[in-house]
Amino acid sequence: MGPDSCLRNDAQLERNDAHVQNGKIWKGHCSFGAISESLCAAPSRLFCLSVCPKVEGSDPFFCLSGSGGILPAAMALLLRQLSAAGGRRFSAGLAAASTRGVQTVALPDLPYDYAELEPVVSAEIMELHHAKHHQAYVNNYNVALEKYEAAEKKKDTHAMIALHGALRFNGGGHVNHCQFWENLAPEKKGGGELPQGPLADAIATQFGSLDELIKKVNAAGAAVQGSGWVWLGVNKDTGKLLVDTTPNQDPLVVKGAGLVSILGIDVWEHAYYLQYKNVRPDYLKHIWKVVNWRDVTRRYEQAMKARVAATK
Amino acid sequence: MGGPFKLPPLLYDMGALEPYIDAMTMKVHHGGHHATYVSKLNDAIKGKGELESMKLVDLSQTAIKMGPAVRNNCGGHYNHTLFWTYMAPKGSSITKPTGNLQAAIDKNFGSFDQFQTAFNNACAGVFGSGWVWLGVAEDGRLSIETTANQDNPLMDGVVLSQNTATGDRVPGTNGRKIIPFMGQDVWEHAYYLKYQNRKTEYFAAWWNVVNWNKICEYYDQYASKKLYIPVA
Repeated sequence: MGPDSCLRNDAQLERNDAHVQNGKIWKGHCSFGAISESLCAAPSRLFCLSVCPKVEGSDPFFCLSGSGGILPAAMALLLRQLSAAGGRRFSAGLAAASTRGVQTVALPDLPYDYAELEPVVSAEIMELHHAKHHQAYVNNYNVALEKYEAAEKKKDTHAMIALHGALRFNGGGHVNHCQFWENLAPEKKGGGELPQGPLADAIATQFGSLDELIKKVNAAGAAVQGSGWVWLGVNKDTGKLLVDTTPNQDPLVVKGAGLVSILGIDVWEHAYYLQYKNVRPDYLKHIWKVVNWRDVTRRYEQAMKARVAATK
Repeated sequence: MGGPFKLPPLLYDMGALEPYIDAMTMKVHHGGHHATYVSKLNDAIKGKGELESMKLVDLSQTAIKMGPAVRNNCGGHYNHTLFWTYMAPKGSSITKPTGNLQAAIDKNFGSFDQFQTAFNNACAGVFGSGWVWLGVAEDGRLSIETTANQDNPLMDGVVLSQNTATGDRVPGTNGRKIIPFMGQDVWEHAYYLKYQNRKTEYFAAWWNVVNWNKICEYYDQYASKKLYIPVA
């Protein structure tokens, strides 16, 4: 099978990753995340060798999800080694990609194993959510960032503006999930326990009790139509806590520049469907057992500190 | 005609669309999601005078004005009621459009394969939850359009084909108002139990259970005559 048999057609390929098949270089990065779905043969923080899931017998190629950490020298060395091993040509474009100097992002490791949030969130969901969904946002964000940088260099304002949607959706997806993983913790590592302190006090004062806050967040989360997030945030201008929702992958900041999210709960169906199916309220009821209140408190204190600094 | 609305029964068994759509998905999608749209729609129109007796097609057109409860649940009920009929067990329907619809597809897309590719691309390009539609535009031409969440092209004021990750129009669509006669649910609940994040696999597999007999009928009897498909 050759490149033509891939489900994706050439119009969707972009000039990033090099996809090697049967000795031919096929430059491609599937904009629908096919590469992020591939099995990683040699996972590492820097890069991984992946295999195209669509084409049987395809040669390994680089998954540039971790490209932010790739050193050009290391990349060039690996390219030479692989070339020597299989007599295959690799595109100079690969090495070039890592030297462009774009500040790309990488998928963070989870602070716990996939199974550690069970029985609240299943290991299967955690793995898909992290290794597939979040990975796809990372990949697509990096593609958009590289395109944006290229457009900037050419002073192509139209192209830059055309990329705003992709940056918003995929960048939002990336930052939202980065926060989400930290906002959660296994029950045996503090999940579900609200420590005493300024956040607990603010919750009591502004909502009456933690239970009242939870009721409010869950009502808002259940009411989100389609895909989105429910947030507990701080308004840096007023110093007050707030509960709000955003659609798709919008971070809370799109609702107001002074808003800082301290806790986000993903209510996209992929966040709970395999376990809770259509009963989102059950997911929302149980997720509180693994909310990492220590992290939420830290974010709250950080936001309040920034507020004090700003008013000085 | 009109409310209170009822969940229509499926015309085939829960497992009849296997292996392309699994029985558990059908069970939850129909008995869970669609059933909830029906009950919430009935709640939303109860005691609201004229709304209580409006036909679903008419209610749909005014749904955005009537607020989120009517919009989301009226859309959900209309969209899913017809969705079940766009599908049939493999082998029980012709596998491609014939007659007028075949001619229209060839004329507007070049060929059935090109239409399928465009439709699949539109499905993959939707960001978040929504639907992808094939419909007839005001000038009689066929057009693929998308809507967000449970919106559909019947709704006055609906935004068409701007629910894409790039923020632009979904590629291959025109953003034109259409009379839809075929639709694909791209909400994650439509495929997640079996396909998880591999949505493009689902979109490719779905064609195996598309009921072209019914869709040709919808085109001939309604859409090509500028009529919305009625739902009881």
